[in-house]
Amino acid sequence: MWLTFLHMFRKRVTIQYPEEKAKLPPRWRGRIVLTRDPDMGERCVGCYLCAAACPVDCISLQATEDENGRRYPEFFRINFSRCIFCGFCEEACPTYAIQLIPDFEMAEYNRQNLVYEKKDLLIDSQGKYPGYNYYKVAGLAIGGKDKGQAENEDVPVDIRSLVP
Amino acid sequence: MATIVIDGKTYEIPTGKNLLETCLTLGFDLPYFCWHPALGSVGACRQCAVKVYKDENDTRGRLVMSCMEAVTPNQRISISDPEAKAFREQVIEWLMTNHPHDCAVCDEGGSCHLQDMTVMTGHDYRRFRFKKRTHRNQYLGPFINHEMNRCIQCYRCVRFYKDYAGGKDLDVYASKSNVYFGREEDGILESEFSGNLAEVCPTGVFTDKTLKEHYTRKWDLTMSPSVCQHCSIGCNTVAGERYGTLRMIANRFHGQVNGYFLCDRGRFGYEFVNADKRIRQAWTGESVVSPEQLLNHMAPAWNQSKKVIGIGSPRASLQSNFALKALVGADNFYHGVSDNEHDLADLAIRIFREGSVRTPSTREVEKADAVFILGEDITNTAPILALAVRQAVRHEPGKAADAVHIPGWHDAARREMAQQSKGPLFVTSVHTTKLDELARDVYRAAPDDIARLGFAVAHRLDPQVPDATDLPEAVAQLADRIAQALLAAERPVIISGACCESGCVMKAAANVAWALQKKKQQTGLVLTMLECNSLGLAMMGGHRLHAAFNAVMNGHADTVIVMENDLYRHGKADEVDAFLSKCQRVIVLDHLLHKTVSKASVIIPAGTFAESDGTLVNNEGRAQRFFQAYEPTDIIRESWRWLLTLGHRIGNSRMAPWQNFEDVTLAMDREEPLLRGVAGVTPPSAFRIAGQRIARETHRYSGRTSQQANINVSEPKPPEDPDSPLSYTMEGFHGQPPSSLIPYFWAPGWNSVQSVNKYQAEVGGSLRDDDPGVRLLEPRTEGTLPYFVGVPERFRPLDDHLWIVSLHHIFGSEELSAHAPSVAQRVPQPYILLHPSDAAALGVETGHPLVFTIESQSYRLPVKLSDVLPVGIAGMPYGIDGVPYADLPEWAIVPRGNQRQNLNDLSYAKRHA
Ligand code: SF4
Ligand code: SF4
Ligand code: SF4
Ligand code: SF4
Ligand code: FES
Repeated sequence: MWLTFLHMFRKRVTIQYPEEKAKLPPRWRGRIVLTRDPDMGERCVGCYLCAAACPVDCISLQATEDENGRRYPEFFRINFSRCIFCGFCEEACPTYAIQLIPDFEMAEYNRQNLVYEKKDLLIDSQGKYPGYNYYKVAGLAIGGKDKGQAENEDVPVDIRSLVP
Repeated sequence: MATIVIDGKTYEIPTGKNLLETCLTLGFDLPYFCWHPALGSVGACRQCAVKVYKDENDTRGRLVMSCMEAVTPNQRISISDPEAKAFREQVIEWLMTNHPHDCAVCDEGGSCHLQDMTVMTGHDYRRFRFKKRTHRNQYLGPFINHEMNRCIQCYRCVRFYKDYAGGKDLDVYASKSNVYFGREEDGILESEFSGNLAEVCPTGVFTDKTLKEHYTRKWDLTMSPSVCQHCSIGCNTVAGERYGTLRMIANRFHGQVNGYFLCDRGRFGYEFVNADKRIRQAWTGESVVSPEQLLNHMAPAWNQSKKVIGIGSPRASLQSNFALKALVGADNFYHGVSDNEHDLADLAIRIFREGSVRTPSTREVEKADAVFILGEDITNTAPILALAVRQAVRHEPGKAADAVHIPGWHDAARREMAQQSKGPLFVTSVHTTKLDELARDVYRAAPDDIARLGFAVAHRLDPQVPDATDLPEAVAQLADRIAQALLAAERPVIISGACCESGCVMKAAANVAWALQKKKQQTGLVLTMLECNSLGLAMMGGHRLHAAFNAVMNGHADTVIVMENDLYRHGKADEVDAFLSKCQRVIVLDHLLHKTVSKASVIIPAGTFAESDGTLVNNEGRAQRFFQAYEPTDIIRESWRWLLTLGHRIGNSRMAPWQNFEDVTLAMDREEPLLRGVAGVTPPSAFRIAGQRIARETHRYSGRTSQQANINVSEPKPPEDPDSPLSYTMEGFHGQPPSSLIPYFWAPGWNSVQSVNKYQAEVGGSLRDDDPGVRLLEPRTEGTLPYFVGVPERFRPLDDHLWIVSLHHIFGSEELSAHAPSVAQRVPQPYILLHPSDAAALGVETGHPLVFTIESQSYRLPVKLSDVLPVGIAGMPYGIDGVPYADLPEWAIVPRGNQRQNLNDLSYAKRHA
């Protein structure tokens, strides 16, 4: 009884949601987004790793390529009515494209509205991992980055050279 | 058998193998790159190191490359020795110093042998701090993508392409760590087997370009065991689907038929399944109808017709042909092939059933030590057979290597020893073939002259065979040489077939084989056929196409069902026109739009092989089953299922008890004497392993709660398969099913196609529980056919005439594959091939149009010249768009005077110059 009485003078932990928003840490696993690289190019390269990692199989996509060989998803769909926000997709992603962000306000009356397409997922930001650009480390040549121009790469070999 | 000790445990093993094969056979995971079960060992990659100990007292041992070390009895080795392990990890680390950071955008990823081996050795962190060497890529044509940065210099590609498949235009350039695998310059890879690079290369340097167009990881495909539909060999394939379209065809190892390889027609021809020309709706007259409306329309029409006849197809499954035969009645069932083709298929069956010689499988051809080819250009008509012949010519030179105990797997040493020498191969054909370069003798002549040579050879083997009289001296000597070489061999093989469209050539080939059989027990005779189920159709019995034409023209019948067949490919245009316009109703069941479909009054959308279950009989008489890769969406169904539904609706009593695939197959097995045994090709559809179906999808399959969520967020129930023991989901059995039901190859730690090792009883040998398929044709031991008589006359050119023969092209001559966009890029333009002296006599040159008629069908084709073609003969490409059908070989009338006048039509000449 005494204890209960004392609690009356403690700082309140309950916040008046939704008028007042909770402060969530940046690594909080909420709504999933697709981010962009520092050059504002789409980060996702359509590698299917997130889809394979997803324990409830709620990610599906189709990879395609632009005329210069850069891969990106033709469509990218997450069925949030199935997603369990485990973050495995984020962990599997080799490009930091897919990220879980501190936003959980996704409730819908109609379950169909929980199916997010690429236009709903892609944001104009690098998200939690600024600075990383997959195509700068990958060996694949794309528009604006030729062979030998990635980080830590030598210029392409001249195969007709006889110099040892 | 011998015993060896691996890591302290004793194993019983067969001798004659190398340590790597032995360890893999025993189930150990030992990494390797350059060794390939079909290519043998060269010891280039240093990845397969193990420790070998002198005896039980030796504790230090020495590192050896297991692929270069023969097993010896009582050998003691260690795979898990720390030094051996460290060595293997080190080798991968070196290989990876230049590897790009590409897995995410690499098509090999998820089925990459390099990934698997890297994980297997435990290398996980790149310590190398210097720059990576890079390479520029090349354009290699519509089939293969090139990404040279990913190369680990294992040399498998050139060893396959050049040494194994005889390609000329892929090689290795530059030196040390800069070595480059590619062509001299950008350009289309010329080999018919280039697609295998995608599977042979353990990395993502060479990948399937058609898959890239709609890229899907291996783990995301719904895969089924399938059979190639593009020639009579019937290679086993894996068909992979995603999002309702067929994404890829890969090799499905078969120890007897195709081994580890496919040809490019088979690998890349699949895209006709996704073509825009697919028929996806049912039509009656001008309107699209639902299945119900269709049946409502058809049933009364059926009863009103005087008589309904059915025309089957050599490219449709046995079940579909059988269902059609049951629907219209045996008397009204016609083969949809030209009369010549019909006769040739019948002849082949007679030769195999009533003759004394067995037809060997492709693998057995590989082991032949003398080969005599009569009239066939097998590189273009049965490509995998040509690949087998390329291996066969290595046997005789290999005998020297055997004598000094160089084992069969020691590839580099054996090739070094053999140098350029080749075993006996004799090629006779109308025009050049790619195998000519390997042949001891090449004879180019008219089909009749080839048959005469065959008779002459057979006569030399057994004087009972009638001889060809007054052969030119050179040809008689050639016959002597061939006969001698065949007699000197242990396992001679004679190859001929229906593609040169000459019965006497096939008869001559049979005579040679039969005569030889009397002296050489192990003689084989291979006859190639024109289409994937030509033999199966012929074994079912049925009337000729002309009889169908007559039945309608004479008013006995007024309705025709044409199933999976473009009659314009098998009959002369004017005859087919007349036939189709005389019919009251033309009902066409097919999957691609073609000229016959355009004349139909009812069009029924049939499933392609990817959407169907069925059985085909290949040229070896082997019945093989293919499984539906995916349930088609619209109203597309297997032809046999449509016919069954129709049969039920019109009250066909014979079909009434048949409900599914198995019922049809069992009925066929019962009722068709030549097809007895087809029901045993695969386990029944009720077959289960531990109560489970076999999963078509891998356990890593992704996206199943999302891929259709855009349509409806509640997932639909996955389709059920009433026709097979396979499931359409990832639930089910993922282990090793019976060999005929393997949907894909995968084993823990082995994601790439190399996992096939784990499915073989002995690495490189047959699949566990034997290779799939049932051979239906076996030779007789007594009461066999007598020798064929009737040696043809010598071919004599005729004035104002040309004897037209078909020339086959791997890309273009087969109907379905030609609709695949990648293959379509390789199809030749129409042409007529002439000898320069004929061209000079006619006053035409290269590119000029030649006008001629074959049995009232007139042609106008640009001229190509070849001085190896016999004079008086002209070659016309078979089955290519723009070259109307003629029942070849046939005389063409070439009015000499006319040709000048054609030349005046300059615009034409320019177009084709
Ligand atoms: S893992 Fe990342 S890059 Fe790969 S498909 Fe998913 S979001 Fe795209
Ligand atoms: S070859 Fe294999 S290891 Fe190399 S990038 Fe491709 S998937 Fe990755
Ligand atoms: S291209 Fe492929 S097969 Fe050829 S050497 Fe390189 S890794 Fe080996
Ligand atoms: S076309 Fe013939 S040889 Fe080529 S893969 Fe198909 S069945 Fe085999
Ligand atoms: S596999 Fe043995 S050295 Fe390459």
